[in-house]
Amino acid sequence: MEQQTEASLLGMWTFLVTEILFFGGALTAYLVYRNWYPDAFALASYEIPIMPGAINTAVLIFSSLTMALAVHFAQTGDRGKTMLFIVLTSILGAAFLGIKAYEYHEKYVEHFIPGFGLPFEFPANPEYTNAARIFYSLYFVLTGLHALHMIIGLGIMTWMFIWVKNGTITQEYYAPVEIAGLYWHFVDIVWIFLFPLLYLIGRHVHHVG
Amino acid sequence: MSSNTVASPTSTYLNNGLTLKSWLLTKDHKRIALLYLAAVSFFFLIGALFAVLIRLELVTPAGDLLTDETYNKVFTMHGVMMVFFFLIPVVPAVLGNFLIPLMIGAKDLAFPKLNLLSFYVYMVGSLFTMWSIVSGGLDTGWTFYTPFSTVASTSAVVPAALGIFINGFSGILTGLNFMVTIHTMRAPGMTWFRLPLFVWAHYATSLIQILGTPVVAITIVLVAAERVFGFGLFNPAVGGDPVLFQHLFWFYSHPAVYIMILPAMGIISEIIASSSRKQVFGYSFVAFASIGIAVIGFLVWGHHMFVSGESVYAALVFSVLTFIVAVPSAVKVFNWTATMYRGSVSWESPMFFAAGFMGLFAVGGLTGLFLASMGLDVHLTDTYFVVAHFHYVMVGGTIMGYLGGIHFWWPKITGRKYNDIMARVSAVIVFIGFNLTFLPQFVVGYLGMPRRYHAYPDEFQVLNVLSSAGAAVLAVGYMMPIFYLIASLKTGELAGDNAWGAVGLEWNTTSPPPTENFKTTPVVTWEAYEYPTPVEGHVV
Repeated sequence: MEQQTEASLLGMWTFLVTEILFFGGALTAYLVYRNWYPDAFALASYEIPIMPGAINTAVLIFSSLTMALAVHFAQTGDRGKTMLFIVLTSILGAAFLGIKAYEYHEKYVEHFIPGFGLPFEFPANPEYTNAARIFYSLYFVLTGLHALHMIIGLGIMTWMFIWVKNGTITQEYYAPVEIAGLYWHFVDIVWIFLFPLLYLIGRHVHHVG
Repeated sequence: MSSNTVASPTSTYLNNGLTLKSWLLTKDHKRIALLYLAAVSFFFLIGALFAVLIRLELVTPAGDLLTDETYNKVFTMHGVMMVFFFLIPVVPAVLGNFLIPLMIGAKDLAFPKLNLLSFYVYMVGSLFTMWSIVSGGLDTGWTFYTPFSTVASTSAVVPAALGIFINGFSGILTGLNFMVTIHTMRAPGMTWFRLPLFVWAHYATSLIQILGTPVVAITIVLVAAERVFGFGLFNPAVGGDPVLFQHLFWFYSHPAVYIMILPAMGIISEIIASSSRKQVFGYSFVAFASIGIAVIGFLVWGHHMFVSGESVYAALVFSVLTFIVAVPSAVKVFNWTATMYRGSVSWESPMFFAAGFMGLFAVGGLTGLFLASMGLDVHLTDTYFVVAHFHYVMVGGTIMGYLGGIHFWWPKITGRKYNDIMARVSAVIVFIGFNLTFLPQFVVGYLGMPRRYHAYPDEFQVLNVLSSAGAAVLAVGYMMPIFYLIASLKTGELAGDNAWGAVGLEWNTTSPPPTENFKTTPVVTWEAYEYPTPVEGHVV
């Protein structure tokens, strides 16, 4: 059993390494274009309302706490509290996705969707339209992949809830909850990178000026 | 040859469940390996059919058999099938899967269900790619260069891209499984430096699969998204950067060459040690050479962009690093040679393939240095010289090594011996056919024939006809094993537990092994390749 737990944890950490490389490819593209088009990217960042993103950051950080508590109570064998915190974590995750959906809808209304043949406009500075398109392409790729990971995370939470409820998870065998927790924290951390990269950097340039 | 008393074991992984379901839903790494064997062999045949079309077209200077557009699709599908669905998975998924648990004294891989999932992910990926073939084909080259693949091509790019994306996860899962298995499942006494070099090679391969494959996955997502949604990330007309695509693509796809060659090198280490009946010369150097290739292999991708507008300073660094990555490969070849030196080398068929590997890989590796030289590369890039170079590495190296491995472990996998004379003949035919196919391509490339064209000037015809004739010989060499290996299942004599008198845990169990691999967990008290000291003049 101990060997199995050790193997599962190592497997999850290894998987998270592949995830870092996966997001890393898209972040490299972001880095290159941020260097090519610093002004356009700063202006495009400024066009994104900060409040929904900030709320979402808080929601996810809080969900990391509830996730950590779920793992803690799985470890101490408190099934009731484990289930409670798994549910809380899922609610926070769903709230994040709800706010994200609202943000996507705003982008649609403001003609910031760079695809599907939809009109794309950048009235803040029409000269930057191409670069802004690239910014919003990366915005949707990065936040879209992150949201996909959140959805998978909700699936894992449901699975863990069932396993705790039917007694598969015990004080001796709580590794699955711990591994689910590793995944959840990882997805949170990705957002901790995305929020400054997409919403914050260069924002003040236009905010003040 | 071993002289132990031969009796067919009663309970083996082959007779433990005879229904189709017991095969398709198996969690036994040995059965999954055989599922992979069937699948990769099938995709090899498809890739080979495209190769036949290419060589037929190039018999005459005029583009008369295939139109230029069809020819683009044919060489693309040849590359896609061979690279992603044959060469990358072939050795790890078949032999690695079968042997790693046996070699380290484990019952199975760390995650047996994940192993089965990995096989089906591979099959689903292949279905998407086959969909691309039947819905008109793909004409971008296996490299998917933008903006052609994202804007201009009218062929089925998205299904092929999805197929490769999905297939990538299969490689990631296999690599992850191997890595965790090697870390956590070794038998008592099986320390890191008692591991067979085959296992070290697969550890290094897993490292590349885990670190490289996700990057090509996201790159392919970006290509597909760009094509479907019209993002413009890699389209210079709207401010994107096509060279960025090339960087992201080669960051994986150059190390992918090492995914292909490292496991084959692992096979060669095993065959040479067994056939020479000696400890591998400089064991730890060979082990660390694998890791060195994996690490440095990640830092050389820029040599694919010497003529793509990369800065000259970056090119200089990539050129130097490319020279450096040749060093650990050379260490391996020298150490194999030193292992054979004063060994009592026995020439059964696996050794024929291993010797062929060393010769062909040496040519492939050394011509890589030509291409690593920035000035010379300007002349040679995108010519048949490059085609010949990477076929020497991937076909002369990987497939030769793979065939050697199949012949070496066939008695373990099936419990039967095949006709060794036929096998030696096949190895010689492959070697001759291979050189006849690809040596002329070095010459014709140097003379200036570009790759990826269906027509060429008359003066190149002789060399092209030689090459096509060689391909026919090569095909005979590749087809022969299919017949005598299958025949061995019916008529081959029983092989016994240790067909070659080799050391290594996989030879300490029955042939074929039982489902649980070992009746009792082995305890390792000896070093790797601990062959008895040879007696002068005595033939074992």
